[in-house]
Amino acid sequence: MGFEALDLLTLQHYWWIIISLLGGLFVFIMFVQGGQTLMDRLSSNEIEKTMLINSIGRKWELGFTTLVLFGGALFAAFPLFYATSFGGAYWVWMAILFCFIIQAVSYEYRSKPNNFLGKRTYEMFLKINGNLGVFLLGVAISTFFSGSEFKVDSNFFVQWQNPLRGLEALLNPYNYLLGLALVFLVKITGALYFINNIDHDAIRERSVASIKVNMIFFLIFFLGFMAWILSKDGFGLQDGVVVMQKYKYLHNFIEMPLVMALFLIGVLMVVVAVFVTIHYHKSCCIKTGGVGVVLTVMSLLMVVGFNNTAYYPSISDLQSSLTIMNSSGSHYTLSAMGYASLMVPFVLGYIAYAWYSMDRVKMTQEEISSPDAHNY
Amino acid sequence: MEEHLVDWSRAQFALTAIYHFLFVPLTLGLGFIVAIMETIYVKTGNLEYKKMTKFWMGLFAINFAIGVATGIIMEFEFGTNWANYSWFVGDIFGAPLAVEGILAFFMESTFFAVMFFGWDKVEKGFHLLSTWLVAIGSNLSALWILVANGWMQYPVGMAFNPDTVRNEMVNFWDVLFSPVAVSKFLHTIGSGYVIASLFVIGISAWYLLKGREILFAKRSMIIGATFGFVTSLFLTLSGDESAHQVALKQPMKLAAMEGLYEGKTQAGIVAFGILNPNKTLDNDEHPYLVEFEIPLALSLLGYHNVDAFVPGIKDLVYGNESQGIESAQSKIDKGKIAVAALEAYKEAKKANDDAKALEAKSTLMKNMHYFGYGHLDKPSDIVPPVAITFYAFHMMVGLGGWFLLLFGVMLYLATKKEIENYRKWLYLSLYSIPLGYIAAEAGWIVAEVGRQPWAIQDLMPVGIAATKISTTNVQISFWLFAFLFTVLLIAEIKIMTKQIKIGPNGGH
Repeated sequence: MGFEALDLLTLQHYWWIIISLLGGLFVFIMFVQGGQTLMDRLSSNEIEKTMLINSIGRKWELGFTTLVLFGGALFAAFPLFYATSFGGAYWVWMAILFCFIIQAVSYEYRSKPNNFLGKRTYEMFLKINGNLGVFLLGVAISTFFSGSEFKVDSNFFVQWQNPLRGLEALLNPYNYLLGLALVFLVKITGALYFINNIDHDAIRERSVASIKVNMIFFLIFFLGFMAWILSKDGFGLQDGVVVMQKYKYLHNFIEMPLVMALFLIGVLMVVVAVFVTIHYHKSCCIKTGGVGVVLTVMSLLMVVGFNNTAYYPSISDLQSSLTIMNSSGSHYTLSAMGYASLMVPFVLGYIAYAWYSMDRVKMTQEEISSPDAHNY
Repeated sequence: MEEHLVDWSRAQFALTAIYHFLFVPLTLGLGFIVAIMETIYVKTGNLEYKKMTKFWMGLFAINFAIGVATGIIMEFEFGTNWANYSWFVGDIFGAPLAVEGILAFFMESTFFAVMFFGWDKVEKGFHLLSTWLVAIGSNLSALWILVANGWMQYPVGMAFNPDTVRNEMVNFWDVLFSPVAVSKFLHTIGSGYVIASLFVIGISAWYLLKGREILFAKRSMIIGATFGFVTSLFLTLSGDESAHQVALKQPMKLAAMEGLYEGKTQAGIVAFGILNPNKTLDNDEHPYLVEFEIPLALSLLGYHNVDAFVPGIKDLVYGNESQGIESAQSKIDKGKIAVAALEAYKEAKKANDDAKALEAKSTLMKNMHYFGYGHLDKPSDIVPPVAITFYAFHMMVGLGGWFLLLFGVMLYLATKKEIENYRKWLYLSLYSIPLGYIAAEAGWIVAEVGRQPWAIQDLMPVGIAATKISTTNVQISFWLFAFLFTVLLIAEIKIMTKQIKIGPNGGH
């Protein structure tokens, strides 16, 4: 039996799971972004800073690639979202893209002689990417819960209703909760990664100290976000019509116990990872925490996408809201792409293998100071 | 749609595409050249080749970073600036982009890290494999994006669905193995190989002119010139096939490439020419001020038959009954019927009038082939900017010929003679580096300007494809991109030239 045999609704759900997985992987790999914001706080001299930057610098492209794949998969599987959100919320996405363009060159150019903008500028680029880029992504995802101002016309062309073209999301204070939660989360995972990847006592101690602080901020904003979505009205689909439903997202958790389990396990894994790192001085925990992040994000995206929910709601015109049913690709495309999605475990496998081969030995000061090292 | 919005949307896309394509070709070719060098190192154990590999790999990385930075914009701009397009054909167009991500980008980025940082961490064999996988990954990504582009030029494997108001994929293999996609892919990667070869022989020539790194430069020169000579031949063949496909699928583009207004059999190619600026569609001025024609060549190149009729711009606009060419006006009329039928279909569906809907659908499907023409105002709208297309095409072909000659000569000199004595040729090699980029960009201009006004050939003109947004927004983002990319380009060139000056021995 192949993907063709599945009905359209099943394929739409399958693809939303894939999108959720990619979203989760992307948030996880954003430990690179978090690490970028910690380069000053966790180092006391240039060599230590170089170690930090090189440690995450060997992973930054995976994050970039995940973002690109996330975009491509949305384009193929949910093209109406791609058209509506990217074309409509123009400036939010443009701002996010600018934050990522400047990341891509900064590692390679930062320490090269004659680099035009100077080392500090490239480091600033990395910090902008790690703070503003992550924050804006969180805000953009938060609009899945808060809604946006758009209409979709009879040709399925988007008519955005707010001249701020997406930046109006910043006028809704609730959207800051997820944005800031994400910023502090990636600082935590960034530090967990450093502890795992670098063999250096001072860096480890400072990383642990930073996790303690960032965990508090993360919990404040994340719990705030959860309280908001669990208590708010949601955009539900009833008899083919989008309506506001009381406690929609809370009901979704209750009505989808598997998703709730995923969420609780995910959060628990993050908490355990942090706890074990702080109290037992373990260096293992980027893996546990990382899986936890993936599961948590996946479950949140499933809550907003499944159980007759409009995942990209319009507050200008409820019936323009996007659901996984009305925004997806055709049966043919979803099933053909289903085969392509089977490559994902294979890809994850070789990434894990390459990662393992490279990181078997932790990074040391000697390695970075070696004269023929290719350093960022 | 707001005035000028489409022009600014196009300008922004052109800007980002042109910048992106400054970096991509070098990545496509240098990846393989570096892999060849490392293979020699692994086979012979000669450390000089390891040093050579590491040097060119360093330049590869500088170029790669900015290629990645400009590339992400390309993908998301389909959504941000061409939202209507993204819906209308996203069901087909999104697929290759997603596959590109899964199959190509991860391979590239995962093994990129091994290639740069794994020298002392993984086994020699695994390292070499990683280097090859980076090269293969970047070329695979070119495959998928060019499949997507080829599909825009020659849409196949899909059917229009009036309920969703979009085209939906019905055959993935038709999209993947479309002859336009295949020839476009081969020609574009070919151009990348040639640029990388020009880059390697140009920089090697500079060392020889300076009397530095002699052995290193000679060895690099031989590898670069060999790779360049072979791939130039490949580029010529794939170019021939590309032109043949253009003749079959996009005759207007071919006519513009040649500035051919009146169609003819046994048509020649204007190998060198200056267009008459007073020539318009409707006057009888001679199209060229100066022309040097190769007889029969256009019929032969385009249709592989010297007696073939090559339609001119006028034939395509006004029709040519004797050749069975339909006029643009007739296509526009049918297109308008299709567009109206779609509206009627939507109305009927809303009113639950099944009989009317069925009738409208049948009218729509009969005229669907001309759907895009329904959005045009007048027949002359189907003519792309002729001068840009003409000069870009001729520049590309002329430079391509020069590169083939240059590689041949440099290969001969590097293997048979004391190459450092041929300073003129060394200078010519050095100065040919920018020419390679000019040729590659010219190629893109032929492909993309020559297909105007179509975002998707015959299906959707650019004017309909653009996101509805006030022009000021696009103007602002255009200038932001222009500024940022220019700054990054300056940084890239400065870093690159500094690294070249430092050289493979770290300046010792």
